[in-house]
Amino acid sequence: MARSNRLVSRRQAWWLLATAVAASLPLTPQVPLWLSLAAATAFSWRAALTWRQWHLPPRWLLVLLVIAGTVGVFLQYRTILGRTPGVALLLVFLSLKLLELRAARDAVATALLCYFLVFGQFLFTQTIPTALLAGLTVLITTATLLVASDDRPPPQQQLRRATLMLAQALPFMLLMFLLFPRVQGPLWGIPQDRFSAVSGLSDSMSPGSIAQLSQSDAIVFRVKFAGEVPPQSQLYWRGPVMPSFDGRSWRVAQTLGAYAEVPYAGVGAAVDYEVTLEAHGRRWLFALELPATLPPDSTLTSDYQPIARQPVRNRMRYTQRAWPDAIAGMNETPSSLRGALALPKDGNPRTRAVAAGWRVQYGGDGAAILAAAENWFSQQLLIYTLNPPLLGPDIVDEFLFDTRRGFCEHFAASFVFALRAAGVPARVVAGYQGGEVNPVDGYLVVRQYDAHAWTEAWIAGRGWVRIDPTAISAPSRINSNFAAAVPAGEQLPFLARSDLAWLRELRYRLDAITNGWNQRVLGYNPQRQRDLLADLGLNEPDWRSMTAVLSVLCGGVMLGLTGWILRNRLRVDPALAAWRRFTTRLARRGIAWQPWEGPLAFAERAAGQTPIHAEEIRKIAALYVRLRYEPAPQASELAQFRTQIAHFKP
Amino acid sequence: MRLPELEAILADINRIILGKERPICLSLACLLARGHLLIEDLPGVGKTTLAHVLSRVLGLDFQRIQFTSDMLPADILGVSIFDRDSGAFHFHPGPIFSQMVLADEINRATPKAQSALLEAMEERQVTAEGTTRALPEPFFVIATQNPTHQIGTFPLPESQLDRFMLKIELGYPDPAAERELLAGADRHQMVANLSPRITPQQLLELQEKARAVYASPALIDYVQTLAAHTRTEARWQAGLSPRAGLALLAVARAWALLDGRNHVLPEDVQAVLPGVIAHRLRPADDTARTDVGAVAAALIEAVPLP
Repeated sequence: MARSNRLVSRRQAWWLLATAVAASLPLTPQVPLWLSLAAATAFSWRAALTWRQWHLPPRWLLVLLVIAGTVGVFLQYRTILGRTPGVALLLVFLSLKLLELRAARDAVATALLCYFLVFGQFLFTQTIPTALLAGLTVLITTATLLVASDDRPPPQQQLRRATLMLAQALPFMLLMFLLFPRVQGPLWGIPQDRFSAVSGLSDSMSPGSIAQLSQSDAIVFRVKFAGEVPPQSQLYWRGPVMPSFDGRSWRVAQTLGAYAEVPYAGVGAAVDYEVTLEAHGRRWLFALELPATLPPDSTLTSDYQPIARQPVRNRMRYTQRAWPDAIAGMNETPSSLRGALALPKDGNPRTRAVAAGWRVQYGGDGAAILAAAENWFSQQLLIYTLNPPLLGPDIVDEFLFDTRRGFCEHFAASFVFALRAAGVPARVVAGYQGGEVNPVDGYLVVRQYDAHAWTEAWIAGRGWVRIDPTAISAPSRINSNFAAAVPAGEQLPFLARSDLAWLRELRYRLDAITNGWNQRVLGYNPQRQRDLLADLGLNEPDWRSMTAVLSVLCGGVMLGLTGWILRNRLRVDPALAAWRRFTTRLARRGIAWQPWEGPLAFAERAAGQTPIHAEEIRKIAALYVRLRYEPAPQASELAQFRTQIAHFKP
Repeated sequence: MRLPELEAILADINRIILGKERPICLSLACLLARGHLLIEDLPGVGKTTLAHVLSRVLGLDFQRIQFTSDMLPADILGVSIFDRDSGAFHFHPGPIFSQMVLADEINRATPKAQSALLEAMEERQVTAEGTTRALPEPFFVIATQNPTHQIGTFPLPESQLDRFMLKIELGYPDPAAERELLAGADRHQMVANLSPRITPQQLLELQEKARAVYASPALIDYVQTLAAHTRTEARWQAGLSPRAGLALLAVARAWALLDGRNHVLPEDVQAVLPGVIAHRLRPADDTARTDVGAVAAALIEAVPLP
């Protein structure tokens, strides 16, 4: 193998170094700092080796460095298995491999390591920029492989050739992507090492906790409605329900009874939609009130919140149906409602006094107390603001009577407190309200700043009734969005601002592209694959028939490409075909015609080697020249030529 | 069968320049293909004699221009001089106004003088002081150059080199031919005694005949594949230009005519290929000093006949 022992040239070394840098740079945020610095040192060392043409480091030093790197990775992660340690180890190997570029096979091994590192990027992120960057790196790596086999052509030619090769591989990639049997789970279904904290709704609510979210424009989920998008004021996305209050914070119930299907009947029109939920690390599945169906692998809590079996750690998609006018809670009993009446023993005396007044006035009439509470709230002239003042121990009293400035959690908490104090069962519901339709792709996008808290009160004969106390004081929060409701001059997240229209337009487009990528590429799951195959006429395929389809299609593409390349060679001149028969016969006698050899030159050579056939060979060659190179050959001459060859028996 | 007049011409030349049948045949083919010839070789191997003999047997008037580093374009093209008697400028044509021009040691001259000659070669006319004057027909330039690594040379750029249809080397004669040369009569005398075999008019007709030699589609495919191959192959800085492809076909036609055929064979193309690519293909690796014959053979063997 003289070829693989060829030394690595300087040009090849530069290419390999550039490829290694391109493949490693995107991993910098994922690996520890010491490893990035070590890799940078190795790369600079390689550059110096190439530039100054120094000797390569001795093998014993490289062995020591490999051991040190592996130990370092182990000490960092306490393992060398798993996603990040594995990628870190690959980076160690790549940077050290660059220091022992001796023969061509080292160059090839380095290039292959670069492919693996590119693959490694996808274990961390799968966004469009990642894919574009990875595609570019794959192109460079492929060009480097070409350079490793022949470093003479100029770089642009190598890149062009690599592009052509990747373009030829593209149909196969698409076929594999579409038809290779899929496993359940996301495309890059690697379990996360540990769940990195994602900000979002939590299982408790205290003053200021939702106001914090109002500064984040991170996307929580996207919704595609089957029909018209319902009016903004109906878009209540139900999240954690919080019935228990300790004087400061509201919390979700400790034990949740669970329904396998919804315990209430639908009334009025249903709304069908599909949710693409971003990973948030909780089990909640957000649903439009009130959910009529349950996403797969989920149950409904006793306070009507769908929850998944496992925390949502990867982007997931589910179809849902909602009954906006459903009546729920008709089956509640005094014992089941006890939790919705519980209050701390003391605190907030002024609110309790007001509530006691309603109780005296209306007795046990929940509907009348509710109306009185709403009326009283509207008269308190409460102000909706992102920056509520800090509150002391009696948060409800201070908000309602002193500061009168609050965000939605203040409104919801105080309203529920007041109702409970008046003897009406009530609870806080957290979730998201509203959302924004992206005009580009029609998806409704719900962001963290749409986080909201509202209340539910149980009224005999009407079940659980939704009341949004924020809407009483700041109706624009519900009818348009929260940016419209807060006083002018308060700091808003960038995307919630209504000025900068062109930037918003740009964001809409970018978001639509990202969503398309998420839906079509990353969200291409077994279900979608089955749908596609059904469209192709394959119903309920198993992996065997899918493999068969895949092989047939790949073979078809291969044949097509080959045919395309060969289409000129396959069209053979009849005289040339006969000439080939003639030369094949001579080749069997040990007189091989070289494909570049002129017919007369060959005839002379052959005649010299078998003098007894000399005249015949010269005659055939002369006829061949007549047919192929002289003006106006006749059909009769072709026939004569063929006969001559048929009779030629060397 | 070779045409008798061509047979006689070749015999005359071969009688004076011994043992160089192939370069002589190539230079005649170049002339028949209406191209210009570049000879790169050491002094004293018979470049000038070849030019002399060609002009004698073809009945062409002959001028020799010795290129030097202080030469100006006017030294080649001619100059207008004020005539006191008539009170007007009169153009005195330079040595370029001749049917056969020997441009000796062309790479000794500065690029300015070189380009004056090369433009005249390409255009077959001279424009001086606003008047365009056609050069005589037939018009044939043989340029000689010293190997470029010698001191005091201005190498011709690729674009200029491309204007020469062929580049050949004469080389030292073999021992037998050299002994015959040493023993034989004085070459100058022999040249002086030669009489023209054809008239310039007949030469133009021969050129017309060469142009009419048939090239079949299969052969044109072959020329095209050869040129295309040099463009994809990495061993050269740049592939052959379309002009080079035209030159290859034209010389191959003349070569076929010299062989007495009315059609071109792949063998003709292969025979003239070294002369066509010698000054056009530069190896990508400049340090590699490869033999033209070997390079041409490698190119021929890499391209199957279509």
